[in-house]
Amino acid sequence: MNLENYIKARRQQKDILLMTHIVLGYPSFDDSLRLVETMVKAGVDLMELQIPFSEPMADGPVIMKASQESLENGATLERCFETAEKICSEFDIPFLFMSYCNILHKYGFQPFAEKMKAIGIKGSIVPDIPPEDAQDYTAAMKQQQLDPIFLFAPNSSDARMKTIEKTGSGFIYCVARTGVTGSNTDFSEDISDYLRRSRAATDLPLAVGFGIKEKADIDAVKGFVDIAIIGTESIRVMDASGLEGVDRFIRSLA
Amino acid sequence: MAEGKAGYFGEYGGAFIPEVLHATFEELNEKFTEIKADPDFWQEYENLMSTYSCRATPLTYADNLSRHFGGAQIYIKREDLNHTGAHKVNNVMGQGLLVKRMGKKRVIAETGAGQHGVATATMAAKFGLECTIYMGEIDVLRQRPNVFWMERMGATVVPVKEGTRVLKDSINEAFRDWVTNMDDTHYVLGTACGPAPFPEMVSYFQSIIGKEARRQSLEATGKLPDSVYACVGGGSNAMGIFQGFMDDDVELVGVEAGGHGIDTHLHASRIASNDATVGVAQGFRTYFLQNQDGQMNETHSVSAGLDYIGISPLLANLADQGRIRFESATDVEVIDALSLTMKKEGLIPALETSHAFAQAFKDAPKMRSDQTIIINQSGRGDKDIFTIADAFDDPKWKQFIIEKARQYES
Repeated sequence: MNLENYIKARRQQKDILLMTHIVLGYPSFDDSLRLVETMVKAGVDLMELQIPFSEPMADGPVIMKASQESLENGATLERCFETAEKICSEFDIPFLFMSYCNILHKYGFQPFAEKMKAIGIKGSIVPDIPPEDAQDYTAAMKQQQLDPIFLFAPNSSDARMKTIEKTGSGFIYCVARTGVTGSNTDFSEDISDYLRRSRAATDLPLAVGFGIKEKADIDAVKGFVDIAIIGTESIRVMDASGLEGVDRFIRSLA
Repeated sequence: MAEGKAGYFGEYGGAFIPEVLHATFEELNEKFTEIKADPDFWQEYENLMSTYSCRATPLTYADNLSRHFGGAQIYIKREDLNHTGAHKVNNVMGQGLLVKRMGKKRVIAETGAGQHGVATATMAAKFGLECTIYMGEIDVLRQRPNVFWMERMGATVVPVKEGTRVLKDSINEAFRDWVTNMDDTHYVLGTACGPAPFPEMVSYFQSIIGKEARRQSLEATGKLPDSVYACVGGGSNAMGIFQGFMDDDVELVGVEAGGHGIDTHLHASRIASNDATVGVAQGFRTYFLQNQDGQMNETHSVSAGLDYIGISPLLANLADQGRIRFESATDVEVIDALSLTMKKEGLIPALETSHAFAQAFKDAPKMRSDQTIIINQSGRGDKDIFTIADAFDDPKWKQFIIEKARQYES
């Protein structure tokens, strides 16, 4: 089943799905495996595995620090692939890569897509590839029946949203506000207008991310989107209270 | 990645930016197109530069150096005489005028050694803009005098603690600020790199150097130079002077930081070495010093301003076309060239600039005395007295600092 159909089928059983995020190799590759295990058991529906990049332009301090530490500990692309392969073979939810253009570009878009397919990764989120420059990337992904996931931002015009949704597949990642990952988002602010515009612009499932910290945040976007994305907060929880903390945190959101 | 598209130079350039910045870049592209087509804008820019900075900067005949080498006649384009002491102010004042047209209230900038930060803080003070400068923590420690001036001119200087804590990390941090505050903020990128339209826009403002140099060469010698030399970090001073001679039969020579030598990997030579490969980072596609996984390498140079992983997409393209000869100069060669220039001409080129001098000094003796060369003296070195004194390992200077510290302690 492709990613879009998986999300739609899963939505028949749940009001909103949960997507979580880890940085591969942070705090270690063993921990990455255990984190995935914890999250999957706690009931997440899909996951982003971030391949660290030395120049993470769109990430906030928490994910940036995690990426940097992972690289300082010697994380290589090969090691990320090996770990991702283990993860995909052991756990039965869809996994996506998140990274930056250069990681795919350097490896080659086509070989990278072939590698993803071989490992069992379903798609990828690459925030610094705009639709204008996405042709090589999307062609390579589509050839392997993988989903290149693109992003909406609150300041994307309606016309721009149309362009983006035509370029991507799987689902649309709606950035909840301007700024980098993990900063404070006030959900009492009315983001419903933006999410309504997003809904009108595409038939693809919608996910919303950047700054979700508690169940109330998720409840606030129920009915507007299909997937709530937890990024930075689970790294904060992991740093503060380990795997048990992550388990408690994820279960508190369900 | 398609060639021939807007924002591309050959296969280099583009705008690899998060969606949240798309609208901001659309506006920037629109405004840049508008000012390029408006002759009044360039006139306003030239007026500003001639009354606030020191334009036109002179072309100085270096008679002693010319005699010393006994080859080509050496001329020096004096960008060091600009206000704030380097060519950086050309770009900054141009973008400042653009900011006023866009009605934005705040500017941010990255800085390595601090020159671009000082220039931006200067412009912000003059135009009444709020200003935040991002500077790697290591650079903040190395370049206190520049931090001092920026803060005195009212700018907030933020030490960047992420990554390798140098220039490239301050660029990442400036982008992070921008994606949060783009509505009222303009990012004054300091070199001919980054997402389109920055490489072209920065080169456009810096082209004032080449326009003047071409005219001045004709006035001084009745002909165009045989070769033009410029140091290349991001590439803005090189693009600036080269544009005056692009369509002429003039050799253009770009000199990169050779650090400890291009066979040591402790350098910042993207084109002159074989270590760089094409990549996409910091919003654009060009040659980067990166490893096989696509992670950026640490670079090294005695000059902070050339210590950068990437190169302007315009220069990468011109290198492919063979229009520019790329060379590198090592830290040691650079100090020697600086020392000789001070003694022979009483000029103090910045460490960055001294790379161009080092290569010109290698070539000049092999040329005929009826040939001429121009070296772009992109910045002056006396403002970097701490760095240069360290580079010379000057014992009397050290003693002075020790005693000064003692005075503060008592």
